[in-house]
Amino acid sequence: MDGYFGSYTVVLALFAIGAVIVTGALTLNRLLRPARPTPEKLLTYECGVDPVGEGWAQSQVRYYVFTYLYVVFAVDAVFLFPWATVFAAPGFGMTTLVEMFVFLGFIALGILYAWRKRVLVWA
Amino acid sequence: MAELIDAAVRLVAIVGAFLVLPLVAGQAEHKAMAHMQARLGPMYAGGFHGWAQLIADGVKFVQKEDVIPAAADRRVFAIAPAVALIPYLVVMVVIPVGPGLVGVDLDVGLFFVLAVMGVGVLGSIMAGWSSGNKYSVLGGMRSAAQLMAYELPLVLAASSVAMAAGTLSLPGIVDAWQWWWLPWQAIGGVVFFTAGLAELRRPPFDMPIADSEIIMGPMTEYTGIRFALFMLAEYAGIIVVSALTSVLFLGGWHGPVLPGPVWTLLKVALLVFVVIWVRVSYPRLREDQLQKLAWVGLVPLALLQLALTGVVRVLTG
Repeated sequence: MDGYFGSYTVVLALFAIGAVIVTGALTLNRLLRPARPTPEKLLTYECGVDPVGEGWAQSQVRYYVFTYLYVVFAVDAVFLFPWATVFAAPGFGMTTLVEMFVFLGFIALGILYAWRKRVLVWA
Repeated sequence: MAELIDAAVRLVAIVGAFLVLPLVAGQAEHKAMAHMQARLGPMYAGGFHGWAQLIADGVKFVQKEDVIPAAADRRVFAIAPAVALIPYLVVMVVIPVGPGLVGVDLDVGLFFVLAVMGVGVLGSIMAGWSSGNKYSVLGGMRSAAQLMAYELPLVLAASSVAMAAGTLSLPGIVDAWQWWWLPWQAIGGVVFFTAGLAELRRPPFDMPIADSEIIMGPMTEYTGIRFALFMLAEYAGIIVVSALTSVLFLGGWHGPVLPGPVWTLLKVALLVFVVIWVRVSYPRLREDQLQKLAWVGLVPLALLQLALTGVVRVLTG
């Protein structure tokens, strides 16, 4: 339980407990349930009517531009966390504050650009 | 040895909370929603105002036949509920209830929470894709689209609190909390809670499920115990998001007169009620309206909050 990674053993233990809860529920279900499959029962339910065509229908991903934007900004946001803990430490103060505004300026400019380019609409 | 027992007691408490609080939230939803709509809600199970309704539901779910459609991708279909549920349990390990009352105080707690909570949505996407059902695929796609919308405001608002407290540890954040953070971090709090609602796929952000247009979205083909696990994940998610909002923005265990843990639970209960209230009050947004709300509304507001936090923090030294 000691050392830097010691505290993560508790997290791992909880993860294991979670797996046990799920498998326990499924096992209990296995012991208690009936199993009488028929072709009609195993048919995809969809909206209650017999399905027409393939389940994996072709569809257009209309939000792929948002996905790009999201990836760009999410990567930026990760860098905020280590910075957030030290930016007000003695000796940083004003310097990091100005740097923060530069950072926010870049992000805001990016969003403004995307908005002006009209990619923030559902195409 | 004492250390092991200590950890075991904490884990048992967390698992207990994980199995009980979602049911309490679910029952509260049944009753509050019913009364808001001039109904009574469940009245029979257990005798007193139908308090045992969800237990009865659980007993029924566990006896149901496990139907996996022939057209589904069996393995992915089978593990999707676990992927949706377990992250919320794991997140609970770092949420403090009172001073010292926390599963484990990770020094990157906030980062850990955001990283693990992001996994939960994969369960919904997996379920949507593996079902072999057009509506489920649409629902899964909508889940993914929703992730693009809420994740960034959620992360930015959370990092504002980390800046204010100068630490990522959740107990550390609550320790540093002062009453005037309430107005100072108010914008961030609203952004965080709204984005959290979208993460939970709760109304008004329930277009991935949208029962009146795409049946039940990714969960359409699920029955019995696997469906119950998805439901448990949803209500556990409500508890986790409410608890995080109260820990990060409402000061967790701080409050007059009553003991700390009671304050935390009161704040969580209040936010759970707000989640239910919002569900009853607002119509569903369209997916593109959510994108617009997120990118034109929530993200700029979160950036504003970051600027405000930085300025105030540096000026007050």
